[in-house]
Amino acid sequence: MHELGIVQHVIRTLGDVAEENGVKRIGSVTLEVGEVSGVVIEQLVDCWNYFRERDPLVAGAELLVETIPAVTFCTACKGEYETVRYGKTCPLCGSPETYLLRGNEFSIKQIEAELFSDGEESAEEGQTGETSTGGK
Amino acid sequence: MKVIELKKSVTESNDRDAEVLRRELKGRDIFLINLMSSAGSGKTTLLSRTISDLAGRVRIGVMEADIASDVDAKRIASLGADSIQVHTDGMCHMDAGMTRAGLDALENNGSRIVFLENIGNLICPAEFDTGAHKKVMILSLPEGDDKPLKYPLMFRESDALVITKIDAAPYFNFDLEAAAARARTLNPDIAVFPVSAKTGEGMKAWEDWLISEWEDWRDA
Ligand SMILES: Nc1nc2c(ncn2[C@@H]2O[C@H](COP(=O)(O)OP(=O)(O)O)[C@@H](O)[C@H]2O)c(=O)[nH]1
Ligand SMILES: [Mg+2]
Ligand SMILES: [Zn+2]
Repeated sequence: MHELGIVQHVIRTLGDVAEENGVKRIGSVTLEVGEVSGVVIEQLVDCWNYFRERDPLVAGAELLVETIPAVTFCTACKGEYETVRYGKTCPLCGSPETYLLRGNEFSIKQIEAELFSDGEESAEEGQTGETSTGGK
Repeated sequence: MKVIELKKSVTESNDRDAEVLRRELKGRDIFLINLMSSAGSGKTTLLSRTISDLAGRVRIGVMEADIASDVDAKRIASLGADSIQVHTDGMCHMDAGMTRAGLDALENNGSRIVFLENIGNLICPAEFDTGAHKKVMILSLPEGDDKPLKYPLMFRESDALVITKIDAAPYFNFDLEAAAARARTLNPDIAVFPVSAKTGEGMKAWEDWLISEWEDWRDA
């Protein structure tokens, strides 16, 4: 199953990101998924809910998915149209010589994270009596 | 909690592993080819014929990922090629880590070409770099000449397109020129080889390309 592999890759990538950015714990992950990327979002979420509990970095983290609409390009008339609505035949000129321009993506857009330095900063802030500005 | 913008491809960690593997294989003198197609397009048959035809010219190994049993691996081994079977646990594609594990089963010595017979589908394998030096895809006549329009990524990513089962041309309404033209619209550099592994037609052009790509890589 495609979703199983994808979730494993997402979690590994997040592990790298955490190391680079000094992330202690991830609260949520936002994915950008193309409308015709072939990924089944329900399955993705199921796989996520299963795998997240095996890695303390993402334990309990919420998976948010943003969908990117699919757009097809027509090589005959150079027009663009909605893939899901019209399929592979161009609604502008009727040509079948078309290909997908967007909608196949699959990327990690952003994460909400608790950093190791968050704790230190707030401790310092506490000591100096400054009011906290950043974060939630 | 702080928001960190990533805009990272999901395949990024795999891309890095693949790059490392590609370089290591150069040191081991293994030229790795990722062979992709839909199930039943003729990957094992093409490889079998290629192994027989090139016997004595180059040592060939095959890593079988696309299997329901070990039938394909046995077929390859019976031809005298190195045959490895990898267990994919229901995954829809091979990634660099799985490819590395499979290659570790190969005895280390000797220069050779290794084919990874990837899992039979045209979507997922296109997205995951396995560490191969070249990517080859197969399109068989019965699948139709409009496949490039349905799976553009696979065509864009491949170095060569082998159109198989051309002996079946009388039975299918497949326009070779149209298929090649569509593939080239997506990927102007793609090499196209219409072949029949059954009659042998077109096999020489494909095998010559393979040998010349291998030699160029070795000498680079
Ligand atoms: N007529 C014809 N049949 C072929 C050719 N290549 C493969 N086949 C048949 O297609 C079927 C699937 O082939 P196989 O190599 O197992 O496909 P794979 O699943 O991609 O490895 C088998 O029945 C083959 O005999 C060919 O060039 N011509
Ligand atoms: Mg096979
Ligand atoms: Zn058009």
